[in-house]
Amino acid sequence: MAKTDALQGSLDLLVLKILSRRPRLHGYAIMAAIASASGEVLRAEEGSLYPALHRMEEAGLIRAEWIKKDTGRRARVYELTAAGKKQLGVEESRWKSVSLAINRVLREA
Amino acid sequence: MSLWSRISNAIRGERLNREIQEELQSHLEEAILSGRDPREARRAFGSMLRARETSHRIRVAGWLESMLADVRFGWRQLCRNKFASAAAVLSLALGIGSCVAAFRLMDALLWRPLPISGSSKLYVLSRMVTLFDGKHAEDGHWATPDFNLMRDAVKDQADLIAISDADRTDIAWSTDDDMEKAHVAYVSGNMFSVFGLKPSLGRLLASSDDRGPSAAPYAVLSWDYWNRRFGNDPHALGKSLHIGNQIFEIIGVGPRDFTGTEKGTITDIFLPLNTNSLATQDNVIWHRAFLMPKPNIDPNSDLEPLRQHLSAVSRAFEVQCSKCFRDMPQAKIDRLLNKTLVFHPAGAGISDLQKDYRRLLGILGLLVALVLLIACVNVVNMMTAQVAARTQEMALRISIGAGRRRLVQLILTQSALLALLTSILGAAFAAWAAPFVLSLINPPDDPARLALPADWGVLLFGFGLFLLVALFLGLLPALRASAVAPIAALKGGEDPHSPRRLMRGGIAVQVAFCFLVLFLSSLFVASFQHLQNRPLGFSTDRLLLLETVADKGQLPVVWNQTVEALRATPGVNSVTISRWPLLGRIRINSDISINGAPPSPTPAFFLNVSPNWFSTMKIPLISGQDFRTEDTSPGVAIVNETFVKTFFPGQDPLGHTFERVANQYRGTAGKYKIVGVTPDVPYDDLRETSRAVFYAPFDEIDSKSAPKPVEFATFAIRTEGENPLLLAGSLRQVIAQQHNGLRVSNITTQLDLVRDQTIRERLIAMLAAFFATVALLLAGIGLYAVLNYSVLQRRREIGIRMAIGSSRAGIVRLVTSDVSLAIALGGCAGVTMGFGAARYVESLFYQVKATDADMIALPTCAILLTALVAILPAVLRALHTDPTEILRTE
Repeated sequence: MAKTDALQGSLDLLVLKILSRRPRLHGYAIMAAIASASGEVLRAEEGSLYPALHRMEEAGLIRAEWIKKDTGRRARVYELTAAGKKQLGVEESRWKSVSLAINRVLREA
Repeated sequence: MSLWSRISNAIRGERLNREIQEELQSHLEEAILSGRDPREARRAFGSMLRARETSHRIRVAGWLESMLADVRFGWRQLCRNKFASAAAVLSLALGIGSCVAAFRLMDALLWRPLPISGSSKLYVLSRMVTLFDGKHAEDGHWATPDFNLMRDAVKDQADLIAISDADRTDIAWSTDDDMEKAHVAYVSGNMFSVFGLKPSLGRLLASSDDRGPSAAPYAVLSWDYWNRRFGNDPHALGKSLHIGNQIFEIIGVGPRDFTGTEKGTITDIFLPLNTNSLATQDNVIWHRAFLMPKPNIDPNSDLEPLRQHLSAVSRAFEVQCSKCFRDMPQAKIDRLLNKTLVFHPAGAGISDLQKDYRRLLGILGLLVALVLLIACVNVVNMMTAQVAARTQEMALRISIGAGRRRLVQLILTQSALLALLTSILGAAFAAWAAPFVLSLINPPDDPARLALPADWGVLLFGFGLFLLVALFLGLLPALRASAVAPIAALKGGEDPHSPRRLMRGGIAVQVAFCFLVLFLSSLFVASFQHLQNRPLGFSTDRLLLLETVADKGQLPVVWNQTVEALRATPGVNSVTISRWPLLGRIRINSDISINGAPPSPTPAFFLNVSPNWFSTMKIPLISGQDFRTEDTSPGVAIVNETFVKTFFPGQDPLGHTFERVANQYRGTAGKYKIVGVTPDVPYDDLRETSRAVFYAPFDEIDSKSAPKPVEFATFAIRTEGENPLLLAGSLRQVIAQQHNGLRVSNITTQLDLVRDQTIRERLIAMLAAFFATVALLLAGIGLYAVLNYSVLQRRREIGIRMAIGSSRAGIVRLVTSDVSLAIALGGCAGVTMGFGAARYVESLFYQVKATDADMIALPTCAILLTALVAILPAVLRALHTDPTEILRTE
């Protein structure tokens, strides 16, 4: 439970960051990348990833494309748009200032 | 994503769903490929359905798609109950259409501003006067010399405009042409410029055209008449128009939409005020006076001083003029001078039609609004029942995550769909109904005419009505549906009584409105019947009337020769002549003095008739004898019973004399000896209470005993054939062949004159009866449906009660008790509202009162009877409930 909660509100940031490092990933790969990069600490309820992806797509932060996989099935891959790159910068600096502030509070307490 | 792609997404929603599904599916495949346990992967994924729904909502504009789905679903719902839906649409369409039609008529006649500049600042001048019987009345007509003084007195602050009523007048377009009729109005020369009107052709009248009878007599046509009579031919300019002895030259055509200031009549021809010979007469009030303040005048503070100024000027004129009433007692002079000048806003025009029909249209609007409400209640009940039947479905929708807002939207869409269908149908109905009702106003040969444009105002009203109906239909059922608690619904239903409670309220409302409609209708129908069946005292059977004029006047002997010529025509039974017909809307009174005493406060009305007029009209003489051919007026008179009661109470009037006092309008002074007495017959108005009337011989002589020429009179011809109008053509020829200057101006029958008296009453009685029938029918259907539904719903309860031995009477009571209560409550409310409404339209009633026992009994019986018929099927169904069958199906 704690694992999922840790993701609340920061899923967008993580997706943007992963996509900025490795473009053209499909949903499962994005999720796997988040999990492995965080050392299996951060795991979302997998189903909730897709509404988030679609929301960011609607907002124009990422764009999607259907590709043919080796298995013959189709997969939908995502990459950052220019607006997405800008948004990543904003989100990152906000996250840093917030976590800094939280750390400060924790230290003083 | 653009709005457009969202909309296209909404339309191809299925494909989008498939794509999302595919993406989610590929996620699971990847998971399994990477070696995870399929069950674990699915659990980790969570609800695939929810993810898909959420994504889908994000990918399309959610409202748009759900709206489309709702429209499709609502349409399917409507189609599922085809019969009920059709009935709902038809009844609502009738209600909405009638409301819009009534609004169009009211708007066109009463509210729509005239198409002139500054219509909101236009006022009409009138004065409150005291009549001889002490009643107050408003007089809106003025004498031209008085008008001229007032116009000059305030010329720096306001423009005064004179406009006569647009009377139906005999005109000819060349001397050889046959006479035809046109609505002719005399207007002061400043009218067109003050109203800011521009000509469609030629030029309009100017003040310089209105200097008097000698000035070049010009005329202006209205666009409507130019279009109707001349087919927009520009050569109409310069044509000569003959009216009486005068010839006018057409100089222009008015603007397209301006049809005069008299709503209900379209003015065909505008003539300068001062070309009418009445314009020089101090005593003849014949045209209206309008006032348009100058731009620098503040309508809030400056109008009152203006009114007082005009009042003073007019009073000074009348004081000076009153010297011509030589023999008048001072009290009467004081009464005549005691007037209050008032301003009324006239931006929407001014006419007698507005006065006569304002209340009628008001009550018509009320009736149609009530019918619409009754229809709405029916449909609300229908939809409530449908929603109640769908409780399970609603509960399911809520369980799988439908928001309550979504449910409200679902039901509201269905009601909007219903309202839309009815609005389209209703608009078509209104397009037909408004001109139809308008054509029933006024006699068929001179119908009321009004511009009835379907413009923004009408559309706005229609749309407002549509929204109101849609909300009214949908809101209650929608709120009910959204209040469904899934757990209760799945358990087998919550409080089973609550939808019925709502419906019972609906029944009470329906009964109340229905009673109101029936009550008013029966009052109107009874009024009309009383008026139509009023004993006339003369016979209208086969009586042809030829209203005839002699433009230069002809001596009585010429008229009498014409009578002889008509009498010799085959097919004619008897011929007589009177100055004007009975019930022809003409009335003239005279003051009467007995033995040289000052005139009595009550005047008497008179009519000049030739010998054997009484026998032709089949009016008996109570005593005395008919006129002889050598009798003249003044000289002898025949009086009616009310005359005797008023002036010779308790005496035998035969042989007595009375003196007729000259008054400001008509008639010369003279002594009359009473030679006969007749019963009262209605004189100019079917509704009148008995008037004192004296009949004088047709042959009038002046003070030097010389015969006086007669300008107009009416031949009354009783024909042998059933249809008197068949003879009209040949009789008109007979008169023309005399070549004595007499010309038939109008052909009618006495029966038509009587009928014309009841047009308004007939119209409201007809419409009221129609809407009463509709209201009764709708209320009956509503009652039937509600009761039937309630019995179906309580089938289980009824079955159990029967199984444990409830009596049949008990079952009947169970089924009908609450509905009876609703009917009783509704009835009481209806009676209360009925009395209130009846007071507002009392002036339209004739010899009926709202408190008459039969006026209350009739609607009550009709409603009870309808209720009985409507309740019976449900009661029978309840009684035939078979407990074992119920138990088996349960």
